[in-house]
Amino acid sequence: MFGYVIKRAFQMVLVLWAVSVLVFVMMSFTGDPTYMMVPLDATEEQIAQARRLLGLDHSHLTQYRLFLKNVLQGDFGRSFVFRQPANSLILERLPATLEIVFLAMAIALVVAIPLGVYAGANPKRAGSHAVMAGSLVGISLPGFWVGMVLIFVFAVKLQLFPSSGRGPTQEVFGIRVSFLTWEGLRHIILPAVTLSIGTLAILMRIIRAEMMEVMRQDFVRFARAKGVGQRGVLFRHGLKNALIPLVTVFGLMLGDLIAFATLTETIFAWPGIGKLLVDSIYRGDRPVIVVYLMFVALMFVVVNFAVDVLYALIDPRIKIR
Amino acid sequence: MSASTLDRFLASELVHNYRRNLPAVIGSLIVLGFAFTVTFGPGLVAQDPYDIAQLELMDSFKPPAWLEGGDPAYWLGTDGQGRDVLASIVYGTRISLFIGLTAMLASCLLGTTLGIVAGFHGGWLDAVIMRIADIQLSFPSVLTALFLMSAFGTGIEKVLIALTSVGWVVYARTVRGSTLREKQREYIQAARVSGLPNWKIILRHILPNVLTPIIVVATIQVGTFVLIEASLSFLGVGVPITKPSLGLLIKNGFDVLFSGLWWISVFPGLVIMLLVFGINLLGDFLRDELNPRLK
Repeated sequence: MFGYVIKRAFQMVLVLWAVSVLVFVMMSFTGDPTYMMVPLDATEEQIAQARRLLGLDHSHLTQYRLFLKNVLQGDFGRSFVFRQPANSLILERLPATLEIVFLAMAIALVVAIPLGVYAGANPKRAGSHAVMAGSLVGISLPGFWVGMVLIFVFAVKLQLFPSSGRGPTQEVFGIRVSFLTWEGLRHIILPAVTLSIGTLAILMRIIRAEMMEVMRQDFVRFARAKGVGQRGVLFRHGLKNALIPLVTVFGLMLGDLIAFATLTETIFAWPGIGKLLVDSIYRGDRPVIVVYLMFVALMFVVVNFAVDVLYALIDPRIKIR
Repeated sequence: MSASTLDRFLASELVHNYRRNLPAVIGSLIVLGFAFTVTFGPGLVAQDPYDIAQLELMDSFKPPAWLEGGDPAYWLGTDGQGRDVLASIVYGTRISLFIGLTAMLASCLLGTTLGIVAGFHGGWLDAVIMRIADIQLSFPSVLTALFLMSAFGTGIEKVLIALTSVGWVVYARTVRGSTLREKQREYIQAARVSGLPNWKIILRHILPNVLTPIIVVATIQVGTFVLIEASLSFLGVGVPITKPSLGLLIKNGFDVLFSGLWWISVFPGLVIMLLVFGINLLGDFLRDELNPRLK
């Protein structure tokens, strides 16, 4: 176990290093940011000075060394647009993104678990076919389009919910959240539902498949034989075992939610890191794009590492290689 | 295909199960419908939406024909330039499907090649290819594609490159696994002993035996790519405005949604859903059939 953790930690560092090289290469070979820094009528002198300021007068290798050194010290440079450190921009907006991501995940779990258990336990019933058809529609939908339709129906036509923005927030342990007030909830509900659709549909399919697998096992038959009721068989014996493999997809789920949050946040003008990334891409705000990618990579790598270790701890049958 | 081969195919278990599988039949009907639309559609719709001479600004923002103020000439209404929404969808579907199919073929070719090479050669080559695949997988495809497109700028060929760079991994991993398994089999050892060169062993013996799982991946990937491309174009970093795919049509409609002009964006979205739904129905059927372990 210990050796495995060390090995995985080393792999994590390797992945992050590879991402840093990739990000650096892509950024260096796509356009020159100098012209974003200087006025249109800048003199040769000013341009040369801006290039020096950006470190572009060095060779690529030196530039990468400087870049890596700064990144390791948590310095990603200043945003060209906001004129403030790029990493503070990300950290400011992170709670808003995590809030819709976690709410979306909660919605997905609450809806997908009962439906998945039902469909997995009674695969032949008409209701199960409806659940499966519904989940297939769910994974075939463009998520951003669902968001638009929700805006049209609930914000433009029925005027039940606001169409954009985050609304008021309240501070809890130094983090600003919006789900504690009625007004904040009204703002968050449409984006969270939109974001949850894809994950919900996939989860439903996974839980159904796992349940079908588990219900075939001997221990389920034994539970029935000793007189455990249907509910107990399904939830205490069935679901409990079906959920173990779900831990492994948690990392993937989180990744997808963060990725699709870029679209959801753009549609709902939700002030999170996804919208910041899209805006920064439009404006060519390179430092912000870099810090977003490095930050998200770090997050995924750490989460996947934690998931793998946790998986082995939860299920002692799993042998770690 | 000779008559007897065809007869054998029609009598096969696959065909038998297909006929009894309603979702699979529905899925293939949807996909066939789309194949027909993209082949003959442009000849059937009244307007070429990208020929400015055919557009009437007077006809802009007409609602669908069955609503008040609708014009029977434009079933699904028109957009701000007087473009027929139905015609735009037909042309847009061509672009979306072209991108989905081409990127799938490219990913399949690249991924299968790398997967076979990794599995057959082993050693450092295997390690390098698979580490790259691992790194790629630690990022969601949409995010990687979005990042690549932000560096490339818009363009159909750039979307293809971005999709291929995220799409090859799944083939490489699948094929590598099957190759490793096949390599151990006795018939491969026999082929080796009989002095067959490596490339012949790969082409004649390994490739045909690793293809089956790829078919499922490839089918579903077309749908995935259509969705990713739509997302990229919706964010404005996909196809150029002169070649609007379904995703870009949705984006164009989004700008006027708040004025209540819903048909410009809602219909293209429905078409994407129908297309991907049909592809997924087929993919699910193939997965169940071609993967006997699941039965």
